[in-house]
Amino acid sequence: MKPTPIAVILAFAVALFLLLPLIAVVPVSFTPARFLSMPAGVWSLRHYQALIDNPAWLQSIWLSLRIGILSSVIATLLALAFSLGIWMFRPWFGSILFGFVLLPMVAPPVVSAITLYFFLTTLSKVNDIVAYDTWIGVAIAHAVMIAPFAVVMVTVALAQVDRRIDLAARGFGATVSQRIFKVILPNIKFGVLTAFFLSFVLSWEEIGVTLFITSVDAVTLPRMMWMGLRDNIDPAIAAISVILIGIVIAVILVKTAVTFKLSRKT
Amino acid sequence: MKSDMLKPVLLLGPLVLFLGLAYLVPFLGVMQWSVTLPEPGLGQYGRAVSDPLIQSVFFRTFRICLIVTVSAVAAAYAIAYVWVRGTPMQRLVTELCILIPFWISVLTRAFGWVALLSNRGLINTWLQSAGIISEPLTMVRNEFGVVLGMMHFLIPFAVFPIASAMRSLDERVFLAARGMGASRLRIFWSIFVPMTMPGILGAGLMVFVFALGFFITPAILGGGRSVMIAELIYLRIFQSPDWGLGAAVSVILMVFVALLLVLMLRFVRPNKMLG
Repeated sequence: MKPTPIAVILAFAVALFLLLPLIAVVPVSFTPARFLSMPAGVWSLRHYQALIDNPAWLQSIWLSLRIGILSSVIATLLALAFSLGIWMFRPWFGSILFGFVLLPMVAPPVVSAITLYFFLTTLSKVNDIVAYDTWIGVAIAHAVMIAPFAVVMVTVALAQVDRRIDLAARGFGATVSQRIFKVILPNIKFGVLTAFFLSFVLSWEEIGVTLFITSVDAVTLPRMMWMGLRDNIDPAIAAISVILIGIVIAVILVKTAVTFKLSRKT
Repeated sequence: MKSDMLKPVLLLGPLVLFLGLAYLVPFLGVMQWSVTLPEPGLGQYGRAVSDPLIQSVFFRTFRICLIVTVSAVAAAYAIAYVWVRGTPMQRLVTELCILIPFWISVLTRAFGWVALLSNRGLINTWLQSAGIISEPLTMVRNEFGVVLGMMHFLIPFAVFPIASAMRSLDERVFLAARGMGASRLRIFWSIFVPMTMPGILGAGLMVFVFALGFFITPAILGGGRSVMIAELIYLRIFQSPDWGLGAAVSVILMVFVALLLVLMLRFVRPNKMLG
């Protein structure tokens, strides 16, 4: 049952709705004016120049990179160990633990935000490294938020592994660490990489929690954009948005092209 | 024997301990705030349910979330249908249109709507230069902008469970219906839609749960005029230091979402949510 023309038109109307705001950002980023507007005749690169000239933008990008890498390393390692534990030992309380570690993913972001605000402001009273408005504090908070996603990705990868190869290794007397490093990990390495990549992206664009736990020192890229969006809208936001949208489109197109090629080969 | 117990604990322990210390314990702390700030007792919960201003925020949140859920699920159904059943070319185009917004951050997407709808944005500039309107239409900093922005964010999320329900259908059912003389329209409404109903309900509940906790999109596109629950919590913590009330509203929201999630698990198995 192929879609009728009406169904196709409706679907493409939705597709257009999904793309339209992303397209609208492009002309706005080339406006010569200081305020958000469409370029009337003259197109200017001044807002792209502003991204380079204003050190605050580069600093926030560097900060977001550091936080993204640290938090996704923590989250992926913890999630990997956890998912392996559930998969290998299948404890009877496994589903309860699984539900528990997914909490930060299913709770409303604002509830997680106030929770992590409590966590970091409490820690601020006893140290100033893992604390409110520090980059390590933000990375720890992000690790809390993204760990559930990493658990889901690694668990999905583990579900594809044939249990019998692990049983065979066990039967031949492999220890737990041999089973993990020599048998299971080689089979899920793409899943683990995907989990790391997804974790990084989620931390890179995290804003809901970050707003609650930073103020003036740990200004991540999303936080920087938020500040430019709230009051008088700075067209530099349009320029950085165009760059971010461009990166996403490039990655997705490359991925689609690669899958397309692979599917033609088989 | 001892090392048999030790290994699962070494693997499972770190994440459970980490989330216990950094999430569960602080959440209990927030609950403590809600009953001790500014003075001990359930006063903040009383205020949260009786204060007309806060009531109006709750009602607005529900209204907006209902509108957004129904329209986002309908839109997701239309695009999922072509994504699952279209020609290879149609599938490729719809897939890109679903995935590209999905991977772009909530801030950029909300800003896209500002660029599109604001007084000097794309639509108003075009309409004015075409002479259709003389004064710009007000489309952001009101509920209209909030609803569009939230729909845009949530449609891709709704597509995955619906598409997964559509993929699991047995083609022979439609052939049988066709063989017995049913029209295409009849097949769609009497067979296809009912059979994908679990996906529709699952997507609807998920979108509604997501929408309830929405903060960034309403804050940017609502411009402080249509405050929703999540923004109310933010304002109570950072602008009018009223931590007890912010914490109480958070706990209410959390309990409500937990109830909805239990309901949701009756319609969709968790693995279906991932598509």
